[in-house]
Amino acid sequence: MPKERLTGRPKMPQRPVKQRITDFDEVPTGLEDWAAVGEARRCLQCKKPPCMKGCPVDIDIPGFVALIAEERFDEAILKMKEKNSLPAICGRVCPQEEQCERECVLGKKGEPIAVGYLERFIADYEREKGIKAPVVPPPNGHQVAVIGAGPAGLTCAGDLARLGYRVTIFEALHSPGGVLVYGIPEFRLPKAIVAQEVNYVKSLGVNLEVNAVVGQTMTIDDLEEERYEAFFIGTGAGLPYFMNLPGENLNGVYSANEFLTRSNLMKAYLFPRYDTPIKIGRRVAVIGGGNVAMDSARTALRLGAEEVCLVYRRTKKEMPARIEEVERAEEEGINCIILTNPVRFTGNANGWVTGIECIQMELGEPDDSGRRRPVPVPGPEFVIPIDTVVVAIGQGPNPVFLKSVANLALNRWGYIETDTETGATNRKGMFAGGDIVTGAATVISAMGAGKQAARSLNRYINDPASFPQWRE
Amino acid sequence: MAKIIRKDVLTPQIKLMVVDVPGVARKAKPGQFVVLRFYEEGERLPLTIADYDPAAGTVTIIFQEVGKSTRQLGELEAGDDILDFVGPLGKEIEEKQFGHVVCVGGGVGIAPVYPKARALKMLGNRVTSIIGARSADLLFWEREMQEVSDTLHVTTDDGTYGEKGFVTQVLERVIKAEKPDLVVAVGPIMMMKMVSLLTRKYAVPTLVSLNPVMVDGTGMCGCCRVTVNGERKFTCVDGPVFDGHLVDYDELLTRSRSYLEEEKRALESWLMKKAQEEIARA
Repeated sequence: MPKERLTGRPKMPQRPVKQRITDFDEVPTGLEDWAAVGEARRCLQCKKPPCMKGCPVDIDIPGFVALIAEERFDEAILKMKEKNSLPAICGRVCPQEEQCERECVLGKKGEPIAVGYLERFIADYEREKGIKAPVVPPPNGHQVAVIGAGPAGLTCAGDLARLGYRVTIFEALHSPGGVLVYGIPEFRLPKAIVAQEVNYVKSLGVNLEVNAVVGQTMTIDDLEEERYEAFFIGTGAGLPYFMNLPGENLNGVYSANEFLTRSNLMKAYLFPRYDTPIKIGRRVAVIGGGNVAMDSARTALRLGAEEVCLVYRRTKKEMPARIEEVERAEEEGINCIILTNPVRFTGNANGWVTGIECIQMELGEPDDSGRRRPVPVPGPEFVIPIDTVVVAIGQGPNPVFLKSVANLALNRWGYIETDTETGATNRKGMFAGGDIVTGAATVISAMGAGKQAARSLNRYINDPASFPQWRE
Repeated sequence: MAKIIRKDVLTPQIKLMVVDVPGVARKAKPGQFVVLRFYEEGERLPLTIADYDPAAGTVTIIFQEVGKSTRQLGELEAGDDILDFVGPLGKEIEEKQFGHVVCVGGGVGIAPVYPKARALKMLGNRVTSIIGARSADLLFWEREMQEVSDTLHVTTDDGTYGEKGFVTQVLERVIKAEKPDLVVAVGPIMMMKMVSLLTRKYAVPTLVSLNPVMVDGTGMCGCCRVTVNGERKFTCVDGPVFDGHLVDYDELLTRSRSYLEEEKRALESWLMKKAQEEIARA
């Protein structure tokens, strides 16, 4: 099949900058068949594949890659779905360069296999052909509840359904997907793809109740009364952090959560066809250096901002965002203002933000995160004139659910404390995983936690005594 | 989906809807709110719970038609469905015996103050209520408020009904006659500010119910942030009820005007579309 010979790892084809910044359509277009097959054939098929060690959900990577190499795409997707119910999502937003691909033997001397591209290829192949309904086992008579329909919850629910559990996911928003729908923009992860993968999970027999805010609409006690025997908590890290600087409540200052929720979940980029508005000025500054900051900056550009800059207190090297995302942002004309820290926001008489007063920073000794700590450089403050600010400095645990559960052990940052092996909380029959345990992390690590919890939950139902901490 | 089982037109612009939502009705408490989205392209609209009946499984909402969303909602009839109906959200008002409580409802704020007055009355408080509106045709629920109050005062700004003037004038008189132990005020931001300034002068504890711009309503977006006693609070999860003496009303007022232009644009384009549809039909 390969019509061109590949000499190395293929480049991901993407839409030209000029075109893509004018709309919200997806930027990378995916590998063509010949490129995928060619890339799959580069795989050494290691006996003890190191790539699998880097995968939180234990996908048989050499297995599915070998099937692509043999052009057996239908089998490749089945192999993938043995472990991963959401491949079209993972193939797009997982940081493969830090996981499977980092461990690839080929990467030691040259370029690792493009596992992420191949995962996306195979998922897109299946989607275009129409996803087949999976075989669902007979019910095992047990009922469990999953709180939150994000990547952790969806994965956990899917795995449990495959074991015959009657699973209901309770989702607070009107659309399932969690951060996949409210956080990640359309141009990086089309919502139709999320909907399709959610439908796949539903086709496994999972019930989904949207608009159900556990902690408000119902409590865990209510669900226990409804005979749910065990719980998985995957409520994520959805509480926006602010910097607590003067002027932060001026009009035109958004949290990244608000900015992205308006645009992604509520489709404000289609205002006034969609009712939710979003306000975008001529000059936009995004504060932060993570993937959320990149998403916000690129969204601002597509919403019509003339100039978008990122204000980050360290250097580009320390940015937590994926390199690929930083590169795409810069290609699109987003300007990184590094070693700069805001100290105050200035506004006009009508209460709208007009500028960010900043100080210069330099890098000092490494801190807890291992990154060099930014320290202020003595000198004058300077002002970046702006019309819109997006604060993307991180998220915390949303308190609504946590406050509603009596005696649930939390760590010092307010996240749920769990047993690292099992995902068990201190409450009997209650497991947790994803961002609500680790703080904001990646989609795949949340899925890994969902998977682990599904295994533990199954063990708990069959052998409660194997959780001695919950013995009465 | 939530079915509208009754619709009353309280005034030409103020509508009441009784909605079949057993799950929400079971948990609803005075002071809480709901978020609804009534069609796919709609926004998430927060509305205070005006009444609830756990036995019947219903929640009552009352809203004034101002922008596009509220006007569209107002076009729905009994038997129609609301796509998403989420709640109850926010914290409930503390239910205890304070003694003499004055409940102040301004405009459409009469609706959310009603369940609070009723709850406080049932707990044995002596309830004096003051309700007010710009004019007689914007006033509703006088009888309902009467039923849950020991004394009821009614004002209109233009004097078309009840006493001419503002609720604050009556409130000051009431405070002077018999100092209340608590004032509960719901209404336009400016009204809540004026009430709070007055009650602070007389050192009367005051609770207000804030209604800022909101998106998710579950503490996720930070849009509804408000400064209370110098601290950042999220109205949707820390409120909506706050100590009226500690709220930064000027900031709240400014923030609540963030989307005025867009709201106008949305309304105009919707009215235009409706007009075109009507022409096409004719």
